Amino acid sequence: MPLAYTRYELLRTLRNRRFFLFSLGFPLILYFAIVSPYRHVRDFDGSGISLPLYYMVGLASFGTMNAMLSSGVRIAAERAVGWNRQLRITPLSPRAYFRVKVLTGYMVALISLLALYAAGTSLGVSLSAGEWLKMTGLILLGLVPFAALGIALGHMLTPDSIGPALGGGISLLALLGGVWFPLGSHGFLHDLAQYIPSYWLVRASHVELGGASWNTMGWAVMIAWTIALGLLAARAYRRDTGRV
Amino acid sequence: MSVRSLDGVPAGSTSEIQLRGLEKSFRGPDGPIRAVRGIDVQIDAGETVALLGPNGAGKSTTIDMLLGLLAPDAGSVSVFGRPPARAVAEGAVGGMLQTGALIRDLSVRELVAMMASLYPSPLGVQEALELAGIGEISDQRTQKLSGGQTQRVRLAVALVSDPQLLVLDEPTVALDVEARHAFWTTMRAFAARGKTIVFATHYLEEADAYADRAVLIAHGAIVADGPTTEIKAMVGTRTLRATLPGVDVDVLEALPGVSGAERRGEAIVLRCPDSDAAIRALLASHPHARDIEIAAAGLEEAFLRLTGDGDGDGDGARA
Repeated sequence: MPLAYTRYELLRTLRNRRFFLFSLGFPLILYFAIVSPYRHVRDFDGSGISLPLYYMVGLASFGTMNAMLSSGVRIAAERAVGWNRQLRITPLSPRAYFRVKVLTGYMVALISLLALYAAGTSLGVSLSAGEWLKMTGLILLGLVPFAALGIALGHMLTPDSIGPALGGGISLLALLGGVWFPLGSHGFLHDLAQYIPSYWLVRASHVELGGASWNTMGWAVMIAWTIALGLLAARAYRRDTGRV
Repeated sequence: MSVRSLDGVPAGSTSEIQLRGLEKSFRGPDGPIRAVRGIDVQIDAGETVALLGPNGAGKSTTIDMLLGLLAPDAGSVSVFGRPPARAVAEGAVGGMLQTGALIRDLSVRELVAMMASLYPSPLGVQEALELAGIGEISDQRTQKLSGGQTQRVRLAVALVSDPQLLVLDEPTVALDVEARHAFWTTMRAFAARGKTIVFATHYLEEADAYADRAVLIAHGAIVADGPTTEIKAMVGTRTLRATLPGVDVDVLEALPGVSGAERRGEAIVLRCPDSDAAIRALLASHPHARDIEIAAAGLEEAFLRLTGDGDGDGDGARA
């Protein structure tokens, strides 16, 4: 694992204003704006989950999705200036390159996650240590398909097109995942959401209800997306670099 | 030619770079474009070799195959006895590619340190910065540099790996004359450490001044390969110019010591394998010839002759 390289990659990312805006600033501001007036709502819209917790996980999903997919923005920018070709004539292997990107994405996601946890705790979110751990584990696992999607998009899109694509894509994923409001227990939107990875990311808040937050369907959907997007990322990389 | 022993590799046939029968085509709108059509070069360790040719000659494609960035359709590449990918993985190769900017949001020093961290035995970051002459701008952010400064940072990135083979694709294109001079001073110092340097250029004076050897490439094939002095000798060595109106070119071409003649208005330009014989014959038969100049042909003239590109043989002598 090229740790020194990853350290500089993280440093670059933290110096970028876009990171602060979308992965940290935007979710935090929205969280306080939405939750402050309704911080005492214990059962949000029939979901059984307290409103501060629901939006803490919802906006953490939004911020961490952004964090993971922003690796695609960095890859697209590196391709545009020929940096990926420069890296290909160093001992850094393609696998190690992807490990750097994914690890950096996760570290940024972790910062976003911890900031939302702090905000949530300040507005009354209270969970047991085991619940915190389980929820964090589910969110980190739920980000795997997004790591692959970031790499795929980074190799398929240009720096000019990836911004709008991610903006639109993340808005849609957030809506269908239930970031903004619970999707209920039946109906078209609920049925569709079952197949969307962001839905299961947001479902991590169900730890408060006890039991398994992800049912068999959840695990199956996440594994399927991980495989599909992983293959897409590998294909996009090969096409992009002309490697066989 | 000096052949040095590399770690664990005995000096001899493996201590060199070999391009054998390289061919590469790309898909174009009107069928395949044969960018490289049969390139054979052997470069000894410690040599500085220029790949010289006009834009579109196939230099960059050849370099991409040398670096393992591109797989050849036919032929093979060996870098110190290893496939390029392995030589790259071992950190034996440093490169400065033709296109390329820098990634942003790091200082120059951080960027060079970041790249140094990928290599098994890099130079010190400070040493690489000083070699490339960018000690003073090392704390600036990479997105705030001028074109020339960016190019020097890219050089530092290539040098910091302390490679056995340094490959430079048109490294001085963005530089002014002064910066170009400074660049090659750095390169000479690096070559003096026993490094092998391969650079592509379409600046003939660069190949002439800085390479031990020039490989001339045109239309994807080698048209000449040798010391720059030999290449110049291969073509008419001298150019004789004079003002001489009203004399037929065919008559001039028939003079002893002259291999070719051309008229430019009142002036004539003679290509002379033996300029001493040519000047005597010219003055004997045409005593009214005046403004006579005899000059050694530059590499550019040799190049134009060998590649058959360009109309006038003497164009290169203008500079």
